[in-house]
Amino acid sequence: MTEAAMPLWEVFIRARAGLSHRHVGSVHAPDAAMALLAARDTYTRRGEGLSIWVVPSAAIAASDPADRDALFEPTASKPYRHPTFYEVPDDVGHM
Amino acid sequence: MSGICDMTSILVAQDAPPLLLHVLRLADTALVLGHRLSEWTGRAPMLEEELALANAALDYIGQARSLYDYAARLDGRGRTEDDLAYLRDTPDWRCWLIAELPNGDFAHSVLRQFLVAAALQPYWRALAASRDATLAAIAAKAEKEAAYHLRHAGEWVIRLGDGTDESHRRMTEALEDLWPYTGEMFEADAVEAALVAEGVAPDPLALRPAWEAMVARVLAEATLDLPAPCAWMQSGGRRGVHTEHLGHLLAVMQHLPRSYPGAVW
Repeated sequence: MTEAAMPLWEVFIRARAGLSHRHVGSVHAPDAAMALLAARDTYTRRGEGLSIWVVPSAAIAASDPADRDALFEPTASKPYRHPTFYEVPDDVGHM
Repeated sequence: MSGICDMTSILVAQDAPPLLLHVLRLADTALVLGHRLSEWTGRAPMLEEELALANAALDYIGQARSLYDYAARLDGRGRTEDDLAYLRDTPDWRCWLIAELPNGDFAHSVLRQFLVAAALQPYWRALAASRDATLAAIAAKAEKEAAYHLRHAGEWVIRLGDGTDESHRRMTEALEDLWPYTGEMFEADAVEAALVAEGVAPDPLALRPAWEAMVARVLAEATLDLPAPCAWMQSGGRRGVHTEHLGHLLAVMQHLPRSYPGAVW
């Protein structure tokens, strides 16, 4: 079984109406229609989902781990971007 | 005292009420096919199909449980679903022969899945309108499962038939091997005739055109030749005349409850 005949697909499942699709894993399948079935059989065995997306893994552009410092390090020194400096009034409740 | 020597086989008489016999036929086909599918566990060509086949096996075994439970109530002798599944000998089984055939390669297994699901899905749909409320409820649930089996297996038939030279050859061989076993799925005898007359069960013959249309469409897309109508079809499973394969299957499936009566987890 070659990678060309059975490419990899990333699987996204929406658990409930109103939630967004979340990445849950990947499957091998010959095409999109079969990838949806494989995702159904692999990732929704316990009632996990109401909707499935599959995306060719090859279509995903990923950041380079070598760029981690340049991409993500600068945010570490900007704690003011977190909304932790506000006093939340008690009346607001869970937020 | 325990062991095989004190474990007596049970029998459901051939002249039992038609409803009981019909429910047993459905149950036996579901359990035997579910067992066959379970044999793929650990041996499937890829992880995704391992799960797909096991999922289908559990669907069939679940259908069988509901049907045996109903059969046990119709039987009314205090027997349980387990008794019906584990204590009957080969001649008392009434499954379609196509269900008991060995799995063969993936082409054989997936083609059988397709041919059977293409017959069962319209059958369950029609049975969901049965005047028998229990059967109707079982059928309504099973119809959704069969619809998925049909889609999954049908997609594979198309891709393997219209795939590589080897996959096309394997599908062609599977079609030649399994075709003579498809006639039995549309047989009706006095048991069905009685139930059809009462509005309890659909007439299998009336469902055949839908099956033929589905099979013709998928085989055409799979670039597989539709077999010529057979003058002679395999038959016998529904009245207890089986291939040599069913006894071996039952030996494996029934070994534990017959060797250790009343065993629990």
